[in-house]
Amino acid sequence: MTDTIGIGAARPVGSGTAVSRRDLLSLIGTVAGSAAMYHAMSSLGFASDSSYKGPIALGGDVRGASVLILGAGLAGMTAALELRKAGYKVQVLEFNRRPGGRNWTLRGGDRFTELGGFTQTCEFAQGLYFNPGPWRIPYHHRAVLDYCRRLNVVLEPFIQLNHNALLHASSAFGGQPQRIRDIKADFQGQVSELLAKVTNQGRLDEAVSVEDKEILLQALKSWGALDSNYAYKANLISARFRGYAKGPGGGLGAAPVAGEPIELSDILKSQLWRYLQNFAVLELQTTMFQPVGGMDMIGKAFAREVGDLIRYNAKVTRIAQDDGGVTVTYVDTKTPAVHQQAKADWCICTIPLSILSQIQIDVSAPMKAAIDAVPYASAVKVGLQFKRRFWEEDEAIYGGISYTDLPIRQIAYPNTGFNRSGRGVLLGAYLVEGSSSFEFTSMPPTERVARAVALGSSIHPQYADEFENGIAVAWHRVPFTLGCAGNWTEKARVEHYDNLCQIEGRIVLAGEHASYIPVWQEGAILSALDAVTRLHDRAVKM
Amino acid sequence: MSRSSAYPLSFFAALIVSLLSLVSPAALAQNATHISSQPTLSGGFKFAEQSGEELYAHVCQGCHMPDGKGAIGAGAYPSIASNKALEASRYSLHVVVNGQRAMPPFGVMMNDDQIAAVVNYVRTHFGNAYKDAVTPEDVKVVRP
Repeated sequence: MTDTIGIGAARPVGSGTAVSRRDLLSLIGTVAGSAAMYHAMSSLGFASDSSYKGPIALGGDVRGASVLILGAGLAGMTAALELRKAGYKVQVLEFNRRPGGRNWTLRGGDRFTELGGFTQTCEFAQGLYFNPGPWRIPYHHRAVLDYCRRLNVVLEPFIQLNHNALLHASSAFGGQPQRIRDIKADFQGQVSELLAKVTNQGRLDEAVSVEDKEILLQALKSWGALDSNYAYKANLISARFRGYAKGPGGGLGAAPVAGEPIELSDILKSQLWRYLQNFAVLELQTTMFQPVGGMDMIGKAFAREVGDLIRYNAKVTRIAQDDGGVTVTYVDTKTPAVHQQAKADWCICTIPLSILSQIQIDVSAPMKAAIDAVPYASAVKVGLQFKRRFWEEDEAIYGGISYTDLPIRQIAYPNTGFNRSGRGVLLGAYLVEGSSSFEFTSMPPTERVARAVALGSSIHPQYADEFENGIAVAWHRVPFTLGCAGNWTEKARVEHYDNLCQIEGRIVLAGEHASYIPVWQEGAILSALDAVTRLHDRAVKM
Repeated sequence: MSRSSAYPLSFFAALIVSLLSLVSPAALAQNATHISSQPTLSGGFKFAEQSGEELYAHVCQGCHMPDGKGAIGAGAYPSIASNKALEASRYSLHVVVNGQRAMPPFGVMMNDDQIAAVVNYVRTHFGNAYKDAVTPEDVKVVRP
C-alpha cells in the first residue's frame, strides 16, 4: 500500500498496473476542479432563480405587421401566443409533424425514426409513458409554471429525493446498493461527530465564540442525530434518521432495534457522498413538478392556442432578409423537391444552433460566428416497461431517482400511479456527456435497451424476470435537434452570447440556446419573451 | 461537464455529479470492461478505446454513421466518406480536437494517441486513402 491504492479490480486505462498515488492525486485535483467549476457556474447565473416578471403586455398599434416564427417548440409557441395576442399576423414553420420540439413524450404505439434509419415503435401499455427530453420542472421556473397555469396544464410532484431510493458504487459494499437515507444520515452524523469533537477539544476556539460554541454543539447534536456524548452510534437516536434494523411494531416483541451505521471511512471511499448534491442544488430542490400524463401536455396545451398557425413538416433551407422584410425558403419534408416561401415583416428563429449553423441566413458576421460557436451536448435516455412495479412492491421505492456509477447513471421511478398492481415504466438510463453517452449513441436502439437492462440488473435483480420492452432516444440521433442542447463554454459566452441575442435587421433568435438557463424549458420561454418584447418595441417605433 | 475552461462548462447540476463520478476510482475500475462480444463502455469521462477502428465504431459513428456517410434531418451530419477535405491532415485533427460548429470537441476526452489513431483510421477508410499518417506529436500542435 505504499504507492498503490487497493480498490478491488481497479485497472487504469491501457495498463495492467494498479492506480498509483500520483494518479489518485490527479483524480482528486480534478474533483476539486469540478467543484470550483460549479462555483464559476453559479456566479454566471446558471444556477440562479428565473428572471420571470409575470405575463408580458405588448401595447401599441402593430399596424398589421406580420411575424414568421421558425420552430414550434416552447420558445416558438410562446412567441406565437404572445404576438398574436398583440395583434400581429403570425405564422409558424415546424420541421416535425407535431408541436413541442424537445417537449416530447412517447407512449404505446408511437413511432420514432432516428438519424441512421432505425425506427422504434413504443410498446408501452395504455397509460404508460416516457419523456425523452425534459421531465421535471423546478419550483422557481416561474415562466413555465405560469404558462402551465394559464393553459390549464395539470401538474403533480416530481420526486427528486426519495430517501428510500438507492446509491450504488460498483466497487464498494460488494456492489450492493445503499439506501440514500443511510448514506445521508450516516455521513451527516459522523461529520457532525467529528466537528463536535474538535469543538469540544477547543480547537475551534479562534473561529467560534464561547457563546456560539454551545449553540454549535446543540446544532450538531440535532442535525447529526448525536447522543448526549456527541457520538453518532447505533441507537434509537440515529435510527430516527437512518431507519431501523428492526422497525417498531405492535404487540409483543414490537420494540425497535437500531441499525449499525456505515463507517465514515467506507462512505468516503465509496464516493457515494458525491450524489448528495443532487438533492441540494437549487435546480433540483424540492418541490419539483411534472405535468400529469407526460411532459408533452405543455406542448399540446400551447398548440391548442396556436396550433392553427403552424405549418408542419416544413424544413427551412434559407433565411433571407432585406429592408422590406424576411423571406424564408422551406420544403415540405414529404415533397422535398418543391421549394416554397414564406414572407413576413419580422422573423423569430428558434431553430437549434446545431441546425441553424447549416442554414444560409442573412445576418452579420458576428452573429453568424455566434451561431457557429456552440457545440451540442450528447444525452441518452432509455425507458423500460416491466410486468409489475417491483420497486414499489418489493422495495418500497415510490418515485424518485437511484444513482449509480454504472454507465446508465440513473434509474428513475415513475412519480405517478403509485401503489397499484400492474405494469410500470422506469427511466432505465440517463446519460449526459461523458464517454458512455457517445458509446450508447453509437449502438443500435435495441442494444441500448439491452445494455440498460443488463446494467440495471445489478441494482434491481428483478429486471431479469420482469422486463418486457423498452425504447431508447439518443439525442445526437434526433433529426430535429442533432443533439440535446447548446453546450456553451464560459469563453464562448463572453465572446458570442450578446451577439447571438441581438435583433439583426428583422431577425431575432430565441430558444434555450439564447438563455442563461441552458437545457431547461424555462430558458426557452424566457428567451422568447425577451425576444418578442424587444422586437415589438422596434416594430411599433418603425 | 467540464474539465477546464477549454471544455464546455454546462448545464444542469446533476451533470456535475456525473462529472465527479467520472474521475472516481470506481469509474476507473470499469474502464475498458468488455461484456463478451459487446462493445466497450468506458464508464468514465474519457474514452477507453484505443484503436482508430474502435474509437470510430463507438464514438464517431453515433453521428457520422457506420458507413461514414452521415445523415440528414432538419440539418445534416456531413459524410466523411471519400471526403476531399480530409486530405488536409491538420484540418482533420483540428476538427476532432476542437470541434466545429455543433460538433463537440473531443480533445478533452481522448489523448494524443487516440486522436491520431482515429484520424488515421478515417483518412484511410470509407473511400479515403491518404498516405500521410498523422502522429501524436501532430495532435499537440492543434490543441488549444
